Amino acid sequence: MAEFLALDSVRFGYGSRVILHDVSMRFERGKIVALIGGSGSGKTTILRLIGGKLRPQAGRVVFDGRDVHALGRHDLYRLRRRMGMLFQFGALFTDLDVFENVAFPLREHTDLPEEMIRDLVLLKLESVGLRGAARLAISQLSGGMARRVALARAIALDPPLIMYDEPFTGLDPVGVATIARLIRRLNDAVECASIVVSHDIEDTFAIADYVYLLAGGRVAASGTPDEMRASADPNVRQFLEARIDGPVAFHYQAKPLAADLGLPA
Amino acid sequence: MTRALLLPFVWLLDFVAYTGRAARFFVRLCGLGIASLRRPRLVVDQIHFIGNYSLSIILVSGLLIGFVLGLQGYYTLRRYGSEEALGVLVTLSLVRELGPVVTALLFAGRAGTSLTAEIGLMKAGEQIDAMEMMAVDPVARVLAPRFAAAVFAMPLLAALFSAFGVLGGYLVGVEMIGVDPGAFWSQMQSGVDWLDDVGNGVLKSIVFAFTVAFVSLFVGYEARPTPEGVARATTTTVVSSSLAILALDFILTALMFSST
Repeated sequence: MAEFLALDSVRFGYGSRVILHDVSMRFERGKIVALIGGSGSGKTTILRLIGGKLRPQAGRVVFDGRDVHALGRHDLYRLRRRMGMLFQFGALFTDLDVFENVAFPLREHTDLPEEMIRDLVLLKLESVGLRGAARLAISQLSGGMARRVALARAIALDPPLIMYDEPFTGLDPVGVATIARLIRRLNDAVECASIVVSHDIEDTFAIADYVYLLAGGRVAASGTPDEMRASADPNVRQFLEARIDGPVAFHYQAKPLAADLGLPA
Repeated sequence: MTRALLLPFVWLLDFVAYTGRAARFFVRLCGLGIASLRRPRLVVDQIHFIGNYSLSIILVSGLLIGFVLGLQGYYTLRRYGSEEALGVLVTLSLVRELGPVVTALLFAGRAGTSLTAEIGLMKAGEQIDAMEMMAVDPVARVLAPRFAAAVFAMPLLAALFSAFGVLGGYLVGVEMIGVDPGAFWSQMQSGVDWLDDVGNGVLKSIVFAFTVAFVSLFVGYEARPTPEGVARATTTTVVSSSLAILALDFILTALMFSST
């Protein structure tokens, strides 16, 4: 299957602080690709670059044949209609109830009659198991339920790309398993490209078709989950075995402690 | 050393950039505010919401200020034997100055801070980001209807404030102290000009409405998405709006009433 989304030699940073160096990645429809790596390794930055929220200093992000950052505001917004994103804590609109949250993209981007919107929203909620919660307020939802509502909202327009930013964070084991199964099922049902940013190795590897490991702002390793498990790469071993020190240092870059404390070296 | 010398220029550049951003944001809000009238439901919901927020405090404040004006006005006018002019004194004070200014200050403290906190918390909760990722412009969908609603609501609130103030002045001056009611109302009718007094007062409240709504929304939109950032933004809204209202009031008063 042809690549649907590609990052070509992307570099990004804030001022002199470089977050991503020369990162290249490929994503296909029907496949779940996991981005793993330590905190601050640039995983979420990649999602924001794909969505056009950030602009790379060099390189390109090509979505379905179009350079995301060459588009004007109007075209970028049109492109985003084809992307769904699940935010880390759901980012649900707290002034709307569950039903209205899922209906939001449909109301904003379509002229569908109210009955059809109702049916579509109930179907989306059914797919995440929350049809019965349609009229609950957001404050009444548990963390796992909120994540599922956000997922229903992300797929409301049936986008060909769905990005999941830390979908398992803060969930109990049942919640993690539920979300993981939903990601796999949705991906297979609509043949979309899925990108999962996560720290949760076991659950992510269980559903991913391909994995990129980011370390130090670069793609340190990539492969299928089985290839990653078998890899001898020190970056992969450090991350999979949760070693405190390794290629990614425990200490943030600093001058020697003695110098900071004013002691003789 | 070089860094310290460059610091004022860095501040100046930051200030110019911030002012430019604010100016662009204001123009954008005005344009999108007009466009938001095509979705009247959004604006009406916000008028209801913002109006409800401020209505009780505006009415009670108007009545209490009317009481005070009635008392103070009566004590002052009595020295000159002009108690009958109480109606015109209370009304002119309210429609020219106190109505628009105090309403704007109360509105900034009540609804303005609420708007800032709401937008700031939406940013902190990634709701603004989520909207952008859903290809929905948050300025058009969230901020512009609130802007239009605030611009509609504030002159109405100022009118209610003045009306309750006049009622307060009447209750104290006529019902409590015993000023002649005929003189109270007839002097008011003859001494207050619709265009020069009421019209200019309404114009002031419209200018203040634009100011408070813009400051509240811009500060909220620029807030750092942290609890501290939202708290700071809320304070900034009150301080900046209040100073802007008082400065603009001086300028508008000088322009409007210098020849009368």
